[in-house]
Amino acid sequence: MIVSKAGEILRGAEIFVRALQDEGVKHVFGYPGGAVLHIYDELYQQTAVEHILVRHEQGATHAADGYARATGRPGVVLVTSGPGMTNAVTGIATAYLDSIPLVVFSGQVPTPLIGNDAFQEVDAIGISRPCVKHNFLIKQVSELASTIKKAFYVALSGRPGPVLVDIPKDVTADSCEYVYPRTVDMRSYRPTVKGHPGQIKRAVKLILSARQPMIYSGGGVILAEASEELVRFTRQLDYPITNTLMGLGAYPGSDRQFIGMLGMHGTYEANMAMHHCDVLIAIGARFDDRVTGDLGKFCPHARIIHIDVDPASISKNVPVDIPIVGDVKHVLQDMLRLLDKNKRSPDSKALAGWWQQINQWRSINCLHYDRNTEVIKPQYVIETLYELTGGDAYVTSDVGQHQMWAAQYYKFDKPRRWINSGGLGTMGFGLPAAMGVKMAFPDETVVCISGEASLVMCIQELSTCLQYNTPVLIVSLNNRYMGMVRQWQEFFYDKRYSHSYMDALPDFTRLAESFGHVGMRIDKTADVKAALKAALAIKDRVVLMDVITDRHENVYPMIAAGKGQHEMHLAPSAAVRELA
Amino acid sequence: MRHILSLLVENEVGALSRISGLFSARAFNIESLTVAPTEDPTVSRMTIVTSGSDEIIEQINKHLNKLVDVIKVVDLNDSPHIERELMLVKVTAKDADREELMRMSNIFRGRVIDVSDKTYIIEMTGNGDKLDAFLRSLDKQLIQETVRTGISGIARGDQAIRI
Repeated sequence: MIVSKAGEILRGAEIFVRALQDEGVKHVFGYPGGAVLHIYDELYQQTAVEHILVRHEQGATHAADGYARATGRPGVVLVTSGPGMTNAVTGIATAYLDSIPLVVFSGQVPTPLIGNDAFQEVDAIGISRPCVKHNFLIKQVSELASTIKKAFYVALSGRPGPVLVDIPKDVTADSCEYVYPRTVDMRSYRPTVKGHPGQIKRAVKLILSARQPMIYSGGGVILAEASEELVRFTRQLDYPITNTLMGLGAYPGSDRQFIGMLGMHGTYEANMAMHHCDVLIAIGARFDDRVTGDLGKFCPHARIIHIDVDPASISKNVPVDIPIVGDVKHVLQDMLRLLDKNKRSPDSKALAGWWQQINQWRSINCLHYDRNTEVIKPQYVIETLYELTGGDAYVTSDVGQHQMWAAQYYKFDKPRRWINSGGLGTMGFGLPAAMGVKMAFPDETVVCISGEASLVMCIQELSTCLQYNTPVLIVSLNNRYMGMVRQWQEFFYDKRYSHSYMDALPDFTRLAESFGHVGMRIDKTADVKAALKAALAIKDRVVLMDVITDRHENVYPMIAAGKGQHEMHLAPSAAVRELA
Repeated sequence: MRHILSLLVENEVGALSRISGLFSARAFNIESLTVAPTEDPTVSRMTIVTSGSDEIIEQINKHLNKLVDVIKVVDLNDSPHIERELMLVKVTAKDADREELMRMSNIFRGRVIDVSDKTYIIEMTGNGDKLDAFLRSLDKQLIQETVRTGISGIARGDQAIRI
């Protein structure tokens, strides 16, 4: 089974580029260096694979990651040995924690020098091992093509994740016959796809017997392209649904049955419904500590069904009653078939009572904030952005308060629109990720919601944005603090704001301009809407909006680390209304 | 509880570090680990002795299975099995001790496999308890060094771990 012509003798570097072409790769994010120069020379002599020259290897991995999250196709990265590879590690770990398919190629010193502390040598396999799904060291050119095929297969199948391929320089100079395999079969790697029919039957029975059901779905639904199935499943049952931070958009955020994100900064109604539900249906979610809070107090009344492609995610943190290992899409399809055939339906009276209870929790309006201030409330900026983009933009974020506000106030109606570092919580992710998304979808509106602290962590990529014309909109909520750190210090460290403020910030307007982009500074609530409108109207330039926001605003609701889901801090104003 | 896990693993560079790395990264216990290629040189057989609650053992099992290099994981505790460990002990053997050491070695069904005018090397196989008991029965002053392989395990009867 050969895609390319048989019998062609090619150099390793040619094989590398041909393999990417045969794999259908359109974009590679990378940075050249000594160990990968043969490869770069080959890239230069073709046009099928576009190479995007980033300004730092972390940017390459985040850009490829954003590209993968938005498209569902694996993101591809090429870096040199030594510091090129180590700079990529943060981005690889980011993708690993969120199960994002990346294939990262790192150059390596020539095989005879491996282990000699050669110039720009690091043990790439050893360094990356704990934060990749798998990695490969190529020892001879004859393994190159088949290993590249395997790398893409492993990255994308089962529970996706990053795969690193370490390629010594001499391998790229050696020659052999080029054969790109069409299929892969690995006896040690065969991910489960179909769920166990008996378990699915038991699960459906339990689902239909629920009186206070709750659907809790995560990023796995998006990875499995199972949004459509999730929506049908949820609507058919008329059960309430919450999404994790990673799962937002898998179910329409503006829908009546959606009761908000759950967890540390989830809505009051979502967390209360979790606490009081009697059957919990967990779909492609992994019971992360930011979701569960105190495990001892987690869903105390619930019997739990857990659907996940990764058996190791099941009963890792929370013991479950009915585990189903399988691809979420297949399992939901099987469940829908059973539900269609089943004559029983949920207890409508109990369900009506449950919805009544949920709506009562909802009426607290936990995301309320003061709209009558001259100083800009960050929540208002996100709400206005949502309104102006019709909820249809691709939104990336960095990490911290602005990330939580984006998750709370931008209602994602479609999957793959919300792109953020959930598991690793990597500051600096947002801008390069937005760049990657824009590469994939040049005609779509791509917005990076950031903060002034996160933004500068990968600010160098503004230069890449200019070179490759990726006009993204950056909305930087500038509170002159590392907001989330400051919030924790306010709550838990008696307001000792240790190193959480920024004392020497740049003039972001001029900074944007010096990179060849448009800069804006907004500091009054009254100007927000018009400025956002103007920025969104600029389709051919990067716009950096430096939005000066209320320094002391906090993210509410909040469950302190180690507390139960029902033990939320509400915003001061909402708490008063609750008591009243 | 103590568990003996038997693994079939691709005989690839880095497979061992992936497995040992998993145990340290996830704070799982590891008592011993032995590994060698099988009759099929592309496959290695590994025996890992670990301990933990049922939940932890389940997690260990799942995480091992998740590693791309791991072909199969079997918990030998699930069925009757045999475990054996090889030990080599170098002892000071002089004068009257020479006779006594020989006698003790025979009682434990060990063999003296190297002799010098001042030392013996005793080879012994058995489960860990037996080897411990033998070491306890020796005069500590006489033990110069011990080498143990860790446990190798295999299921009894016609059950076989194959690909």
